[in-house]
Amino acid sequence: MKIIIVGCGKVGCALAKQLSREKHNITVIDTNYSLVHTVSNSNDVMGIVGNGASNTVQSEADIEHTDLFIAVTGSDELNLLCCVIAKKAGDCSTIARVRNPIYSQETNFIRQELGLSMIINPEFAAAAEIARLLRFPRAIEIDVFAKGRVEMLRFKVPSGSQLHNTALKDLSSQIRSEVLICAAERKDEIYIPSGNFVIKEGDILSILASPKNSSDFFRKIHLETNQVKNAIIAGGGEISYYLAKMLLAMGIKVKIIEINPQRCDELNDLLPKATILNGDASDESLLLEEHIELAESFVALTNMDEENIILSLYAKNKVKSKIVTKINRLNFDDVIHTLNLDSVIYPKHITTEYIIQYARAKNNSIGSNIETLYKLMDDRVEALEFAINDSTRITGIPLYKLKLKPNLLIGCITRSGQVIIPGGQDMLKSGDTVIVVTTNTGLQDVHDILREQAG
Amino acid sequence: MNYSIIIYIIGYVLQIEGLFLLLPCLTALCYRESSGFAFLFTAVLCFLLGKAATFRKPKNTVFYGREGFVTVSMCWIVLSIFGALPFLLNGDIPSVPDALFETVSGFTTTGSTILTDIESLSKCSLFWRSFTHWIGGMGVLVFVLAVLPIAGGGSQMYLMRAESPGPSVNKLVPRVKNTAMILYGIYIVITIIEIILLLIGGMPLFDALTSAFGTAGTGGFGIKNDSFASYSVFCQGVVSIFMILFGINFNIYYLLLCKKHKQAFQSDELRMYLAVILASTVFIAFNIRHLFPGFQALHHALFQVGSIITTTGFATQDFNTWPELSKMILIFLMFFGACAGSTGGGIKISRILILMKSIKKELFSIVHPRSVQKIRVDGQVIEHDVIRSVNVFMAAYLLIIMLSILIVSLENKDTVSTVTSVITTLNNIGPGLELVGPVGNFSSFTALSKFVFLFDMLAGRLEIFPLLILFMPDTWKK
Repeated sequence: MKIIIVGCGKVGCALAKQLSREKHNITVIDTNYSLVHTVSNSNDVMGIVGNGASNTVQSEADIEHTDLFIAVTGSDELNLLCCVIAKKAGDCSTIARVRNPIYSQETNFIRQELGLSMIINPEFAAAAEIARLLRFPRAIEIDVFAKGRVEMLRFKVPSGSQLHNTALKDLSSQIRSEVLICAAERKDEIYIPSGNFVIKEGDILSILASPKNSSDFFRKIHLETNQVKNAIIAGGGEISYYLAKMLLAMGIKVKIIEINPQRCDELNDLLPKATILNGDASDESLLLEEHIELAESFVALTNMDEENIILSLYAKNKVKSKIVTKINRLNFDDVIHTLNLDSVIYPKHITTEYIIQYARAKNNSIGSNIETLYKLMDDRVEALEFAINDSTRITGIPLYKLKLKPNLLIGCITRSGQVIIPGGQDMLKSGDTVIVVTTNTGLQDVHDILREQAG
Repeated sequence: MNYSIIIYIIGYVLQIEGLFLLLPCLTALCYRESSGFAFLFTAVLCFLLGKAATFRKPKNTVFYGREGFVTVSMCWIVLSIFGALPFLLNGDIPSVPDALFETVSGFTTTGSTILTDIESLSKCSLFWRSFTHWIGGMGVLVFVLAVLPIAGGGSQMYLMRAESPGPSVNKLVPRVKNTAMILYGIYIVITIIEIILLLIGGMPLFDALTSAFGTAGTGGFGIKNDSFASYSVFCQGVVSIFMILFGINFNIYYLLLCKKHKQAFQSDELRMYLAVILASTVFIAFNIRHLFPGFQALHHALFQVGSIITTTGFATQDFNTWPELSKMILIFLMFFGACAGSTGGGIKISRILILMKSIKKELFSIVHPRSVQKIRVDGQVIEHDVIRSVNVFMAAYLLIIMLSILIVSLENKDTVSTVTSVITTLNNIGPGLELVGPVGNFSSFTALSKFVFLFDMLAGRLEIFPLLILFMPDTWKK
């Protein structure tokens, strides 16, 4: 697939890197020579220096034969203009990053009228992600498959849990629940567990299940699953606004601490139901005054990564509540992982992920049949959702007869709205979607799950 | 320094060389020559060693500019060593420095030879000699990039940049792999057209193949002692046209393929290249008009200008006997070289263009000290980085010429031979003047000088820095 990316900021770079690794033909455009130079040096992409909204520049990038056009410059208006012009010049799918909340209320109108395929608002996406985590505080990460019918939840086995020292094959007899444990992390190792895998406390397990079954599962292993009742949000930026709005709609009480009095006024206007506090979130006495120890969740969303990390570490010491930390910079994430910060949100990462998912879905119509793809655990594990159609050659064969690659698991099958956790006798049928979890990254096609000799 | 990935890539290159070495084996089979076994043996050796080196995919795929530079120059050195092996084994060229000289001269598309009697060589050796030109012309790593999957990311770009000639590398299409495939596609097609035209001109197949390989790589190994003098005027004409074609930046052909004719013909580099050829041809033809009847002066002048500016080095006449002005023009052309992104050597027209524009800019800024002016080529501003690298390239280039001349002068040969032998090897041309002229050869030099020439040829082909970086201690530190 031919893809043009306008804007070589952090998101542009991350997109170029990931998409070029997925064997797409990428051209990047930016007005800044050195940025273009850096991206095209370290990745297999072509760089063009110029304004991405200019038709000359776009035709230099061969817009006529482009399939997907992504505009992720710093300016909303430029992004939209780029996409409009690209759409006229090349009849490609277009994605724009638009983050101004004024426009975000009109996303659908803009998208339809300007003929864009997708508008992504990083702050909104990040807020949605955080809201999902607060709805289910035990999970470190939640990913959605099959249009929300299946969730992949990542959680840590607490000490003293009844899961400790249980082998997976005994699990189903102990707990009658339709869930599948599809990956386990222990220290730095990642396992795609077989039936003989024995769970230890401190393991981080990923389970696949429908939302109903997953809450059932957590109830049976005695982990409370209730959504949080209140939240303290440090920092009153755009994400905080979107998040507060979502949380209030879910009936969660919200306190926002913001240092700028003017912004506090604004927030109070926008969110009459939220408690807006004017003060420095890194002021310990303020936090104590507001009873941080009673808070069920704490979300650090200030503009400084360092402050967010410190705040979360403090909050973690103080209370046993759900803690979410926003981090802007994409580097140093292995250091951040070692801090044990509970859930970490990278808005830039989420933006990239969303766009890449779109690209994959689009690519799907061209050849590969991946519906969704998640990179988990530092990109070491992939969870892929494949669509099965008539041309698939492995339908109608019981799963136990398929010679699968090692470290690969068929997670669950969605058939006409039903979620099936498959056993060996189940088989794939045309029209299904199937979720595969594997450490063999880079699968392109559902047939790739077989061992090469067999395929 | 990531040694494992360098060895891995070299392993691939060796396997490719093993594959290429099978071609002279075929030649030997056709002519029933026993010396072909040397090629077969080397091919098998290359293949086995290559397989061993690529047996395990390296875990560490860190690859930066320095790995790229080192990989490219190491590949060329390894390639040359294994390419020289058959000559030693079948006894066509018995001495080690001579065999290496001949192979490096082949791969770097220089075309200088140490052989006094070329025609006495076995056919398969002659074939291999010419075929090394074809391989070296576009570059082995470009081939590797086109056909083999190496660790992704930036590594491919670093390799391409280190191997491709010219001040800056432009990709034709986003992916290196596809760019390399397009380049090789154009290369193969033009080579085949030339072979067909030469066959139409009545050249025997073997001669047509070797001549086409020599032209395509802008190499210059002939299979006759008198280079091109004995072929028909038509064949000479075909070769002079194709030499000039192979000296053009391959991006131009791609633009033509994409039907962007206007953009292609507006290239400053192309215009200057053709202008220089035209002017030199006219001057030389006028200067040598008394030596030849009728239009033959123009014909020989065009052949020689094309041969020298593209750094091919074929000869239809012994230009050593031409008047002084013609010889001097040819020497200047030796420095000019072909276009960037072609198979030719030399300083490259685009660098000359940038340098001349820099001089103009400097003069202008003396007259108007506060003027702000950027250097433009093809209407595009040339970034300071590129200008700087061109300047540094020139400095290193001159330094290498001077040092090489100094070492070669130990031989106590005449000045013209000493100087032109260095110029001709560093610019990958082939013949120089006097002793090393079109009818002479390099056999009278000592082993020391030959190693200097080896260095110069490799430095010229790889544009100096990949080779120089091998001598920097910091490169090898972890």
